[in-house]
Amino acid sequence: MNLKDSLRLAFGTIRAHKLRSALTTLGVMIGVMTVIGMLSFIDGLNSMVANQLAALGTNTLYVQKLPWAMTRQDIDELRKRRSITIGDADAIRSNVTYAKYVAPMLSSSQKVMFRGSELTGVELVGTVPEYQLILDIKVDSGRQILDIDLNQQRMVAMIGATIANELFGDRDPLGQMLTIGNRHFSIIGVLAEKGTSFGVDQDNIIIIPITSFIHYFSGPITMQSEQSATILVQPQSPDAIDALKGQITGIMRRRRALAPNVPDDFSINTAEQLLNTYRAITSGVFTLMIGVTSLSLVVGGIGIMNIMLVSVSERIKEIGIRKALGARRSDIRSQFLIEAVTLSCTGGIVGMLLGFLVAFIASAITNFPVAVSFGAVLLGFGFSVFVGVFFGWFPSSRAAAMNPIEALRHE
Amino acid sequence: MLIELTHVNKLYRMGQTEVAAARDITLSIDHGEYVSIMGPSGSGKSTLMNIIGCLDLPTNGSYLLNGTSVFGMSEDELAAIRNRSIGFVFQTFNLLAAETAVNNVELPMLYAGVSPERRREVAMNALEAVKLSNRGLHKPNEMSGGERQRVAIARALVNDPPIILADEPTGNLDSATGAEILNIFDGLCLKRKTIILVTHDKAVATHAKRVITIRDGQIESDRESGS
Repeated sequence: MNLKDSLRLAFGTIRAHKLRSALTTLGVMIGVMTVIGMLSFIDGLNSMVANQLAALGTNTLYVQKLPWAMTRQDIDELRKRRSITIGDADAIRSNVTYAKYVAPMLSSSQKVMFRGSELTGVELVGTVPEYQLILDIKVDSGRQILDIDLNQQRMVAMIGATIANELFGDRDPLGQMLTIGNRHFSIIGVLAEKGTSFGVDQDNIIIIPITSFIHYFSGPITMQSEQSATILVQPQSPDAIDALKGQITGIMRRRRALAPNVPDDFSINTAEQLLNTYRAITSGVFTLMIGVTSLSLVVGGIGIMNIMLVSVSERIKEIGIRKALGARRSDIRSQFLIEAVTLSCTGGIVGMLLGFLVAFIASAITNFPVAVSFGAVLLGFGFSVFVGVFFGWFPSSRAAAMNPIEALRHE
Repeated sequence: MLIELTHVNKLYRMGQTEVAAARDITLSIDHGEYVSIMGPSGSGKSTLMNIIGCLDLPTNGSYLLNGTSVFGMSEDELAAIRNRSIGFVFQTFNLLAAETAVNNVELPMLYAGVSPERRREVAMNALEAVKLSNRGLHKPNEMSGGERQRVAIARALVNDPPIILADEPTGNLDSATGAEILNIFDGLCLKRKTIILVTHDKAVATHAKRVITIRDGQIESDRESGS
């Protein structure tokens, strides 16, 4: 008996019991639907995180006092580390060979004012022109910060879109005087809009020359000062990233005169590390979520097993006839097994479509991203075949093992 | 010799006691013979038929089918014998109710691995041979008893088995229809099929050239009919 014959038989039986088959597949359908919905949700979340981390520059190194991910126990110890200075940035710039750009930056939260209206909690960044190249910062209008602004410690500022909208409205901010803290800065550029990342507004930002930041806001940065710099380093090519890391580590350790057995007292952070940390934290949770939703598939599978047992006991006579006419055990088993798999796959395919539909509707309503991955489709289909084979095996083996005489005598 | 049973016993265990449904049966049937096995119900004739038809194995003794012992055969080998060497015709027809006549006739070929096109062709020819070519797409419940039994005979013949094993083939039919069915068997006999007809009806049994009478699981008599 070939597959086509088996399928014809299976569909014949399913068609003969429409309601029963529909109710049976419902279990698998709901199971696959929840698994697919959950997977789409997780895939969406993952790609959102990956996209937002990409905004940090996928292979940009961040030389900082603290690592991006740390445990609560470590925090107090790590806080005692020495600060990163502008001198560190200069040393890195003049000694590394694998870097394309090196850009130190300082930041703090400031209050800004323009003609009586004010904004608090604005991120003030003091940096160098290379920073704009590393993070691909563009202006909507006006100009970027130049070396001459740094050299002359000019009081010029580029402002984010949020600040432009909130403080200036329809007015053109270019050339206006903005009060940052209690200093007056001239606006030279308005940054292109970036949106939010992890719920944080990326446009609530002001960028000024790092020399002006040190002079007016932080004072000189030393290893003992409260404020620590961040040094952004971009490698010449993505495959130079490890060599570059090694060079920076060597330079920093030498500058800090660390003995060989002393661990680094600074951190070189990358978006990739953060992504790894995110994965490490979420993979367990996601696995658990998939595991729990998979339970509904087991329930669906038990439904299939149940109905297949009914189907077998209703058709004992048929099994007897088939065996008398020469059906082997394997013929009978595959007949019932294919029936079970057909039931579960029908449920699986419908469930998959519904799962994607639900995910997209939910995403349209909540604005939360979902993604349909080929892996999820494969998994959904694989799950339904597996459920059919696994839960159909026992009933079909039972049918296959029947004694032909007793089965024939059955009324 | 096509069928050769020697000292065959079949024992069933019913609770504490053992019941012998076949006792020391020695019997041979040659190619092309038309034999009836007769006896009252409970005499063990169905057991004998099941053993000859390879639906059941004897407890002991030997059974050679076409010179090959069925002892030691796997279930799949027995299934293959039932499929190719034996055509079954039952009292209650045993057609699949959900399938059309032609699909029922195709069944043995399905398990013989015949291609769908060839199956359909052979099945239609077989239905034509029993004068049912216009009923092929009807289901069993749309047919009379005689028609159903003719479908069953067509089904028994499609794999061209040497042996036709009929268990009370006229038992559920009126006498006129029964006579029609027996005529078909008479015709098959002329085509050198070996026919074994199990019945409790003396009038039916005498259609065969040789009548074997069973009583209490034993052969009571084995003689030419009419003698």
